[in-house]
Order: sequence, then structure tokens, then C-alpha cells
Amino acid sequence: MFDQIDQIFVTSLHRVVGFLPEAWRPLASSILCIGFIVSVFPGLFAIVTVLERKGLGRIQNRYGPNRVGIPFTKIRLAGFGQFAADGIKALIKEDVVPRAADKVVHFLAPVVLLIPVLLTYAVLPFGKNMTVADYDAGLLFFLAVGGGVELSVFMAGWSSRNKYSLLGAMRAIAQMLSYEIPLILSAISVVMIVGSLNLSEIVKHQDHYTFGIAHWHVFTPWGLAGFLLFFTASLAESNRTPFDLPEAESEIIAGYFTEYSGFKFALFFLGEYLGMFAITGLGVTLFLGGWTAPFSCLTWVPSYVWFLAKMLSIVFIFIWIRGTLPRLRMDQLMNLAWKFMLPLALLNIVVAAIWFYMGRDWPRWFICSGIIVMAYLALGRTLMKHQHLGKRIYRYAE
Amino acid sequence: MTLCLVITAIVTLLAAVCAMSLRNLVHCALTLAVSFSGIAAIYLQLDAEFVGFTEILVYVGAVAILVVMAILLTRSGETTQPSVLTSGRLDLIGKFAGIGVTAAIFTTLGWAILSSSVLAKPGAVAPQVTVKDIGEVLMTRYVLPLEIVGLVLTAAMIGAVIIAYKEEAKSRSQVLPGAQTKTATSNQPAVVPPAENILKKAGVA
Amino acid sequence: MSPLQFCLLVSALLFAIGFAGAVTRRHAILALVGIELMLNAANLNLIAFWRFGPHPELLTGFIFVLFSMALAAAEAAVGLALVIAIYRHKKTSNLDEVKELKG
Repeated sequence: MFDQIDQIFVTSLHRVVGFLPEAWRPLASSILCIGFIVSVFPGLFAIVTVLERKGLGRIQNRYGPNRVGIPFTKIRLAGFGQFAADGIKALIKEDVVPRAADKVVHFLAPVVLLIPVLLTYAVLPFGKNMTVADYDAGLLFFLAVGGGVELSVFMAGWSSRNKYSLLGAMRAIAQMLSYEIPLILSAISVVMIVGSLNLSEIVKHQDHYTFGIAHWHVFTPWGLAGFLLFFTASLAESNRTPFDLPEAESEIIAGYFTEYSGFKFALFFLGEYLGMFAITGLGVTLFLGGWTAPFSCLTWVPSYVWFLAKMLSIVFIFIWIRGTLPRLRMDQLMNLAWKFMLPLALLNIVVAAIWFYMGRDWPRWFICSGIIVMAYLALGRTLMKHQHLGKRIYRYAE
Repeated sequence: MTLCLVITAIVTLLAAVCAMSLRNLVHCALTLAVSFSGIAAIYLQLDAEFVGFTEILVYVGAVAILVVMAILLTRSGETTQPSVLTSGRLDLIGKFAGIGVTAAIFTTLGWAILSSSVLAKPGAVAPQVTVKDIGEVLMTRYVLPLEIVGLVLTAAMIGAVIIAYKEEAKSRSQVLPGAQTKTATSNQPAVVPPAENILKKAGVA
Repeated sequence: MSPLQFCLLVSALLFAIGFAGAVTRRHAILALVGIELMLNAANLNLIAFWRFGPHPELLTGFIFVLFSMALAAAEAAVGLALVIAIYRHKKTSNLDEVKELKG
């Protein structure tokens, strides 16, 4: 019975598509899958924006939005109608385009942002047998198409003819390009161990249980290091704090989307959050076991529920970090990427290789963890030697 | 020869023509990115999936951004290029000669392609290329080119960084005294090392 | 016209367009853009012959194209670095004005 609940989306898709003649079936199946993705993830985006503002508010010792319920009525849904209010506001706001702006490029930038981001959802395995396009080189597709976001950022920044926009755009492109390398290298260590670029294959590789605990990649030394590197790099790829210098309000007004108002701004916002979900989805697939359960006694819960739960918990950690950590300066950001994360990612690949070739006995845990910890300490201490940071002093309001 | 392939090819060629003829350089770079993605779409239709994804990763994600950054760093995005009508007669003759040679190249190639009987045979069965096959062949038969390409990429990266590296102030003052370089001296602000500046200010103030 | 002939025609036209741009435009970066288009046309040619030729299971054309893409990216990087260095020195990226060997 639990298997039926698990595969309910797949079987209902087959049943609906089976009503149509043979020639139309692939097209209908694709359209239904696309409709599913386009309705679920923007809905998730709406809920997560409200949760983020409430979460940030609680971290900052205040309430978040808690008044807007169903619009035009007095029912307060504890603030969860806020996304509807924001959406209505974005739609009815005047669309201001600067007179000197390059109109075509200015118009196309949000579109060029959304298309690659939505394309990346096609290869994520949301549940068992629930990948829209199960390419043999699925991971390569995800990483390739994710690089299209940088072009959109440049288009937005340049077409506004605003020096703050251009500066924000160039910073954002430099940051995204620099952090793509640790992202890809930490994914390579997973690919090496699994032996395939196919994302469903990577999840199936983590589908075994010893003593009731799953074989997730994050429970291995190279997997933990890889996951932390991937997590930090995905924070930078989504322009979230502590890497949000290109779009921070106190630094550069709004960076590359300064000159956007109304619905185009809402599209940028949507694109950014969808990108965040996609890359957390990839992190969950590569390191946290995708749709598998953590303990073998919990496999009765449907696979898509596990995927969503893991993705949302990583998003929650993103929000937590946003509320807690200060912003990094541009040179600190670039130093972190090139001098710290890149050597560690390369070392992680070597450690993954050592792990694979040492067989299945217990010494490999100590050796691999030892190498990674020593490298981290050595690199960290060497890079921090000239920083002269004093002891941290806390001042509380009395 | 499906309709999809024809439409993709037309879009790619139009984008390539725009990339080479538009006056605003940033528009050229953006239409170049469009033509690269069109070529990637053609690769995907020719059952070369891995090459198509690599094309998007390398060309759209890196080379197009490089071109855009170079345009920004050389400040070529601000002024538009002179159009054909405002350039002198010699330029016009040069442009027509260039386009004439291009037409000759394309005519020769097109005639050779269309009149060949070998090429007119129907296509073969679509090969199923898995990433495992590519990996195997790269590590057994083509391992030497792989290592050499690794070396070449490292050398190119180091070379590009060194070429584009901003020189320090003191190397600019090593201009030969007899040289009439209007670019090296008159366009630069006076290069005083910052330490001297501070000392002067401290001494004065 | 077979699919192979169509792809080869497209590749020839792309090559011709890239060549026209590289030869007629005066800006250094546009010359490099033309060269990139020519390289892409050659890659398309190789993939078309790999797909429709004998023995596609040997993956010869495929691997050739992978290496060609890597090298084209490297060459674009070095070429653009050169353009930036020349701009820094001569304050212009117009190829007609960079015609003296003297620095």
C-alpha cells in the first residue's frame, strides 16, 4: 500500500496520458510534468518567502508578517497571505524603465533568468522514478544550464545604464564564476565514487542501509567535506548572505536589479528563489540521499515527502545563516573561493579516490578524516595568519 | 531533416549574422550567446548530448561571459561602432572585398557539398553514446591528448593572467627617454608612489 | 538533400559568416568573436560527420570536438587577455590604429 502512495504521481500520469493516442503521448507527458513543476515550485516559493520573513523576524527578536490573511477579508492566516498581497502589489505597480536604458535587453533579462533556472528542475529526481528527463549526463546538464544565470545578471546590470547596477552585475558575475568551481569540484568527488553522471543512479547508490542507517554520502568523510563545500558554494551561487554583496541594500541599493520595478522585480525575486531550491535539490540528491529515508524503519514515508523535507530543511538553514552571519567583503569572498575552497575541493577528490581504493575496512575512515581535518586546519591557519583578529567582545543592550 | 532542425539552424544563422554586424558591441556579444545555444540545440538533435551540454557549459557559460567582460574592461560598450555609411571609401572597398571573399568561400563549399554523391546517402542509425563509453575511450585511447589538453589549459590560464595583469607604477617610469610615446606618458596621471605622497602630506601638514 | 548535407551547409554558412566578421570588422574583440564562430562551425562539421559517417561507435569525431572546445576556450581567454593588455597600452581597441611595432 505504501508503494502505491509512493508511486501515485507516476501511475496517475501514465493513466491520464493513456487516454490519448499513441503519437501524442510523449508531448502530453512532458506538458503535464512541466505543469506540475511550474505549479509546485512557485507555490513553494510563495510559502518560503513568508516563512523566511517570519524566521528572520524571530531571529531579530520581532514578529515577521502576521497580519495579512485572505485579501479583502478580515481572516488573519498568521501572515501567510502575504505572498498574495506582494504578488498583487507587484502586478499593479507601475513598470518604470529608465529613459536611457536599452529597452530590449532590459525587458529580456528577467526572462533569460527564469528559463535556465526552470530548465534545471528537469533533471532532479523528486521521488522514486520521478525524474522528468532522466539524462545520462544529468548532472552536467544541471551545471551547464545553471551557468546561463550569469548572462542574465549581466544583461540586467548593463541595460540599466546605471553605474551601481553595472558594478553590482560585475561583482555578481565574478562571484558566481568563482564559486562555480568549488561547486563543480565537490560534485565531481560524488561522481567519481558512484561512477555515473545520472542523478537517479547517484540516488540509487545511496539506497542501502547498514544497521538501519542509510548510506548517504554525507556520512562519509569526503562526503561531509564535499557537502560543506557544496553548501557554501551554493550560498554564493544564490547570492544569499553572507555572499550577498552584489544585491545588498546597505551596500549598493539593490545591485543589478536597481532599475527594475513591479512585475519584473517579482520575476527576478522568483528566479532567485527558484534557483535556490534547484541547487538545494541538487545538494540533497548528491549528498543527502535524494528521496531515500535516513533510517530503514522509516521507508514507508513516500519518497517525494522525504525529498521535499530535506530540501526545506536545507532552505531553513539558508534562512538561519542569513539572519545570523554578517556579510563578506568582495575581496574576502574571492579569497575564500580561490585560496581556501578550491584547494580543499581538489583535496576532497583525492581523498574520495583514497577512500574508494582502500577497500571496505575501518582504517579508511581515520585516514580520510585525518587528511581532510589536517588540510583544513593547515590552510585555515595559514590564511588567517595576517588577519590580526582580536577576541570577540559582545555588548548587550542594558 | 526535421522541421525542428531547420528552424534551429535558421535561428543560429540569423544570430550569427547579427553578432557580426550589429553596431552595439554588447548586443553582438548577446546574439553570439544565442547562436552558441542554437549550435548546442543542433548538437542535441544530432544525438550528441554530452557535446551539446559541454557547449552550453563552455561557450555560453564561459566564453560569452569572457567576451562581455572584455567589452566592459576595454570600455567598448559605451560608444557604438561607426556604421558602413559614415566610413571612408577605402573602408567600403575593404568591406565589400571581405564579403566578396566570404561569398566565394561559401559558394565553393556549398557546391562541393551539394554535388557530392557520397554525402547524399541516407544517414546511419543513431548511436547510443553513454558517458561511460566516453570515459572509457578518453582513458584508454585518448589519454595522451587528454593530458596534453590539461597542460595547455593550465598554460593558457597562467598566460592569460600574466598578460592581463596590471603592471605596478614603477615599471611605467622605465620608458626610454628618446621615445615619443604619446600614449605612455601624456595619458597617465603623474605616478607618484603612495608612500611618498603620504610623507609629503605629513611633512606639509 | 540528406540531413548530413544540410548540417554541412549550415556549418559552411556559419564558417563564412564568422570569416566575414573576422575580416571586415575593425574592433579586436569582434575579430575574436568571428574566430569563435569559425571554430564552432568546424565542430559542427565534425559532429555531423561523426553522426552520419561509418563507425559512430568509435567516438572519434566526438572526442575531437571535446578537445577542440577546450582549446577554443583557452584560445579565447588568451586572445581577450591580449586585447585588454593592448587597450591598456594604446587606449584603443581599433585594429586599424594598432599598427606600429614600437611601444
